[in-house]
Amino acid sequence: MLLEIENVSKHFGGLAALTDVSLSIMKGEIYALIGPNGAGKTTLFNVITGIYRPDSGNFRLEGMEMAGKKPSMMAKSGISRTFQNIRLFSNMTAMENVMVGRHCRTKSGLLGAIFGSRETRSEEKSVREKARHLLDYVGIEQHAQRLAKNLSYGDQRRLEIARALATEPRLLALDEPAAGMNHSETDSLRNLLETIRRDGTTLLLIEHDVKLVMGLCDRLSVLHFGKKIAEGTPSEIAGNPQVVEAYLGAP
Amino acid sequence: MKPFMKTGLYALLLLTLPFFTDFAFGKTWVRILDFALLYVMLALGLNIVVGFAGLLDLGYVAFFAVGAYLYALLASPHFGLHLPFWLLLPMGAFAAGIFGMLLGAPTLRLRGDYLAIVTLGFGEIIRIFLNNLNAPYDITGGPQGIDLIDPVSLGQFSLNHSVYGYYFLFLFLALGTAFVSTRLQHSRIGRAWVAIREDEIAAEAMGINTRNVKLMAFAMGASFGGLSGGLFAGFEGFVSPESFSLTESIMILCMVVLGGMGHVRGVIFGSVLLSILPEALRYVGPAQQSVFGKIYVDPSSLRMLLFGLALILVMLLRPAGLWPSPERRRELAAQGETARHENTNVYDAARD
Repeated sequence: MLLEIENVSKHFGGLAALTDVSLSIMKGEIYALIGPNGAGKTTLFNVITGIYRPDSGNFRLEGMEMAGKKPSMMAKSGISRTFQNIRLFSNMTAMENVMVGRHCRTKSGLLGAIFGSRETRSEEKSVREKARHLLDYVGIEQHAQRLAKNLSYGDQRRLEIARALATEPRLLALDEPAAGMNHSETDSLRNLLETIRRDGTTLLLIEHDVKLVMGLCDRLSVLHFGKKIAEGTPSEIAGNPQVVEAYLGAP
Repeated sequence: MKPFMKTGLYALLLLTLPFFTDFAFGKTWVRILDFALLYVMLALGLNIVVGFAGLLDLGYVAFFAVGAYLYALLASPHFGLHLPFWLLLPMGAFAAGIFGMLLGAPTLRLRGDYLAIVTLGFGEIIRIFLNNLNAPYDITGGPQGIDLIDPVSLGQFSLNHSVYGYYFLFLFLALGTAFVSTRLQHSRIGRAWVAIREDEIAAEAMGINTRNVKLMAFAMGASFGGLSGGLFAGFEGFVSPESFSLTESIMILCMVVLGGMGHVRGVIFGSVLLSILPEALRYVGPAQQSVFGKIYVDPSSLRMLLFGLALILVMLLRPAGLWPSPERRRELAAQGETARHENTNVYDAARD
C-alpha cells in the first residue's frame, strides 16, 4: 500500500468539497479519479499535495502520517504533482525548469555557490545530467534551451511531468494531463505514462478523457459532489449504474 | 577577439579610467566614478531581491543606512571608537543581512503592491529612527548626523590622501559583488529564487521551502547594501538621515529596472548610467551659455526633468531594460516570431 486516504473531509464555508473520502493506492499501479466538474477531484489533489489542510481525516504515504504537511514537505516525502492549468516557470528554460525540480534532492547552499566548492560543482553537474536525461525521457530534449512559455502546449505538459519526476516521487499526481491535447498527443502521453509506471513510479491522475482513463488505469474512483460513489477496475466502473447516471451517461 | 584579450582590455580600461578621467574632467569626476561604483554594489544587492526573487522592495536604502551608521558609530569621535574598516565592512554587511531577515520575516506572505508598501514603511522607519535617536541619549546624532568618520585606511595610509584609492577599493568590491551575484544566479538557490518569482505555488510544490529561500534573498540583498553603506560612510566622512530618503531607494530601483532586471551586466550598466547621467546634465547650463550666450533653462531644475523623460522613453521603447539578459531578449524575439507566424496563418486562412 503506497497511499492510504482515510475519511478526508474538506469544507469551504458551507460547501462540502470532500466528505469522508477514503481510498488506497497500491504501489506500482495507475489510479484515476474521475467525476463531473466540481466533484472535488482537484480538492482531493490539493489535500494530498499539501496545498489544503483537510478539516478531518488522515492520509499516509507508506505508513507515514502526511495530513497537514506543507507542500514543500510533500514533495520531499515523495508526492509530486502537475497542475490542471499548467504552472511552469515561464521565463526559465525547459532545462532550468527541470533543474528546479532537483531542488529538494540536493543541498548546496549560498556559501558553496559563492566559493564554487567541489561538492557544489559536482552536485550541479549531476543536476544538469539528470535534467537532461529527464527531458530526453519525456521526449523534449531538443527544446532544452527554449523558454518554457515558448513551448507548444503538449510539450509544456510533458515538461511539467519531467519537472515533477525530477523530485524522484514515489507518487506522481497528474491533474488532467491530457486536457487540451489532440488525439495523437494523447496517444503518446499514454505511452509516456505507461513507461513511467513501468519504471517504478505510482501514478494518480485526474482525467476527463474517459477513453484514456479506461484504457490506462488499473483502478479508479468516481467522485460526485465530494463523495466517493464507486471504486473498482475500469470494467466494473463502466458497468456501475450509479456512475453511468452521474458521470458517464447512458451509452 | 580571444576572450583573455577581451578581459585584459577591460581590465586595462578599468584600471586606467580614473587617471584618464582626472586628466580630462578633473577630480570631481573621479568622485562621481566612485559613487557610480557604490551604486553598482547597491543595485546588484537590490537586484537579488527584486530581479531574481521578484520581491518588490521600496525600502532598500534602509540597509545602506544600517551599514553606514554602523561604520559611523564605531569609527568616529561620536563614541570615541575607532575600529578598523576591514572589521567594520563585514560587520555592516552582516548587520544589514540581519535587518534584511527582520524585514523579510513578517512580509513572507505578501507579494507585489502589498510587499512594496510594507518595505516602503520599513525604509521610512529606519530613517526616522536615525533622525530621532538623539534624545534622551544621543545614539545617532539625530538630524545633524555623525561627523569626522575615520576614512578607510590601510595601515598608516589613509585613502583620503588620494582620489584614486577609493576608486580601486570600490572597483575591487564592486567586481566582487558582481562575481557573487553571477555565481548565485547560476546556483541551486539562485534558481529557487527565480522559480519563486515565476510561480510561488509551483515552486513550493517542487519542494522549495519558500520561507527560507525568500529570507536568504532578503538577507543576501541587504548585506550588499550594508557593505556599500560602510564604504559610503568612510568615503564621505559624514552621514546623516538625509542621505537615506525614499528617493534614494527609488533611484536604486530605477537602476535595476532600467538596466535589465535580473541581468547582472544590465544592472551594472543601469547603475553606472543613472549615477553619471544626472551629473552630466549639469553641463546643460554652461552649454547653453556658450551657444546662446544666455541660460534659458536653469539646469538644476531641468536636470530631473530630462532624467524623468529619459526613464519614460526607455521604459516605453525597451520594457525589458536597456540590456536585458540573453534569455529575455530571445524570448521577446520568439514572441515576435510567433506573432508573425500566426499572422501568416491568418492571412493564409483568409486566402483559402
